[in-house]
Amino acid sequence: MQEVFTKSMARNIFLGSAVFFLIIYLALTYDTWQQIPVRDHADKITASVIRGKYLVDTNDCIGCHTINGEGSYYAPELDNVYKRRGPEFIKLWIPAQPSGVAGRRQMPHFNFTPAQIDDIVAYLQWLSNVDTNHWPPNIEG
Amino acid sequence: MKYQSQLVAKPYFIAALALFFGQIVFGLIAGMQFLDGTFLFSAAHFNIVRMTHTNLLIVWLLMAFMGAAYYIVPEEAQTELYSPKLALITFWVFLIAAALTVVGYLLVPYAHLAAITGNAIVPTMGRGYLEQPLPTKIGIVLVALSLLFNVTMTLIKGRKTSINLILVGALWGLALLFLPSFYFPEDTVKASYSWWWIVHGWVEGDWELILGALLGFILIKMTGVDREIVEKWLYIIMAMVLISGLVGIGHHYYYIGAPAYWIWLGSIFSAMEPIPFMLLIAFAFKMLFQRRREHPNKAAMLWAMGTPIMAFLGAGLWGFMITLAPAQYYIHGTNFTAAHGHLAFFGAYAMVSMAIISYAMPMLRGREANSVRAQHWEIAGFWIMVLSMIGIALALTGAGLVTAYLQRSGADPLGFMQVQDRARVFFWGREIAGAGFFTGLLVYLRSFFIQGEYQYTAQVKRALAT
Repeated sequence: MQEVFTKSMARNIFLGSAVFFLIIYLALTYDTWQQIPVRDHADKITASVIRGKYLVDTNDCIGCHTINGEGSYYAPELDNVYKRRGPEFIKLWIPAQPSGVAGRRQMPHFNFTPAQIDDIVAYLQWLSNVDTNHWPPNIEG
Repeated sequence: MKYQSQLVAKPYFIAALALFFGQIVFGLIAGMQFLDGTFLFSAAHFNIVRMTHTNLLIVWLLMAFMGAAYYIVPEEAQTELYSPKLALITFWVFLIAAALTVVGYLLVPYAHLAAITGNAIVPTMGRGYLEQPLPTKIGIVLVALSLLFNVTMTLIKGRKTSINLILVGALWGLALLFLPSFYFPEDTVKASYSWWWIVHGWVEGDWELILGALLGFILIKMTGVDREIVEKWLYIIMAMVLISGLVGIGHHYYYIGAPAYWIWLGSIFSAMEPIPFMLLIAFAFKMLFQRRREHPNKAAMLWAMGTPIMAFLGAGLWGFMITLAPAQYYIHGTNFTAAHGHLAFFGAYAMVSMAIISYAMPMLRGREANSVRAQHWEIAGFWIMVLSMIGIALALTGAGLVTAYLQRSGADPLGFMQVQDRARVFFWGREIAGAGFFTGLLVYLRSFFIQGEYQYTAQVKRALAT
């Protein structure tokens, strides 16, 4: 009875499903790629936003924070921090770190110039307008 | 050990376990920083400790996979490795690159590290798990190419078993899936979407095939079951991995800016992702019950049986709990995800690595199995680590649920730091379980320092006396 379903049949099912579902995924990805610039307002990715993103990446912000829920769970969500705190708060908050409060989680001091902080805020503002299917559930992120 | 060149696996396995030790030390520091935010702050910020913890994990798993490949491919191909010398050179290149990268993390501020390593030319840094500077990433590609060349040439000149075809094919997949790490678009949504090609592609796709190949090899060797049966099972399990996992990647796309149809596609397909792990359990135990021999290496058998069970728990069950879109709406980006990550990485990939190390290391040291006393230590280490990791996962699950209730739902949600304070008891639980895990690791490592081999005559005498 073992021979009714042979190894080569099993291998063909594996290879066939691999190719079939890969093609489906690639087709969906092509469609997603067309939709993303509309959903995230790619036309608003200015030079300042790009510089801000580069600072966020090269200072490993997601090593503590999350962006759209991705990153680390040590510090608050950044996707909607622009709406939660507002630009003025963020501009004062970043250079004031670390707080030095005993036992409280500390954010490093990054020595950003005021222009660099403006770029980070521009990036966070762009981020807060991405259509994320109504996530996070509320302003607290 | 049938072929002399299999010996190159030994340094890979030893280095893997040394890096594993380092990973756990940094895990304990990171866990401590959840309890005292100023702990070691001036020496190493949380993000640096975390990236060292996760990067050491990836490097030690890759070390173990490579060691496994250098051990298994010649034996399956029934020929010596194409170039043992190249494998040894590659080992040192990989180890030194990994060590330099960790030293870079710990001694140079991250932005400065980016500036001096050419990140402005090809930006790659600042993504989870892919924090390595550009030279390290290029080094990883070179190491992978060297491995692929070596094992593929061995495969070509030798016997082409299904285990070998699956293993070598999956190693090609592993290397190819790393290439998107050089693509980091300025559009954050596209960057996120493509980041999952690597992360999901590895841990919920390609690495499952490697896991299957390693487990299949171990079970053929230890149970003596006909390889035709083992290989048929493997193809079916792998087919289920891809049927569920390829479109199942959509469960990462619900809330990052991708279109809403991923909510349906991701939920439906990723809900099937536990199936291959269930099949893996059925397969492993069927082979155990049909075994034609009693292998003296009981510890290796325990790892081989424990792997599918723990992989099912961590990847299958914990993954399922957070995979459906309505559940993820509340627990996306919380410590619930970290609970899943810990239990899945350990249960699937750390444990299968220790399974192949447990099987192969005695052979590499010139004996079929370790002494009974060494195996007792190893088995004790197994249980302490497994139970501690379940403790870590339960504690992090608790912390994640606190966030879901207090911060994500209700009319009057609390802020992030307030919620973290409420979850404190769970962070204590995690750290205590982490200390337990570290103890288990020490017990496990102790087993390697107990000399002597399995004594058949002594065991027969003991069996006759009872």
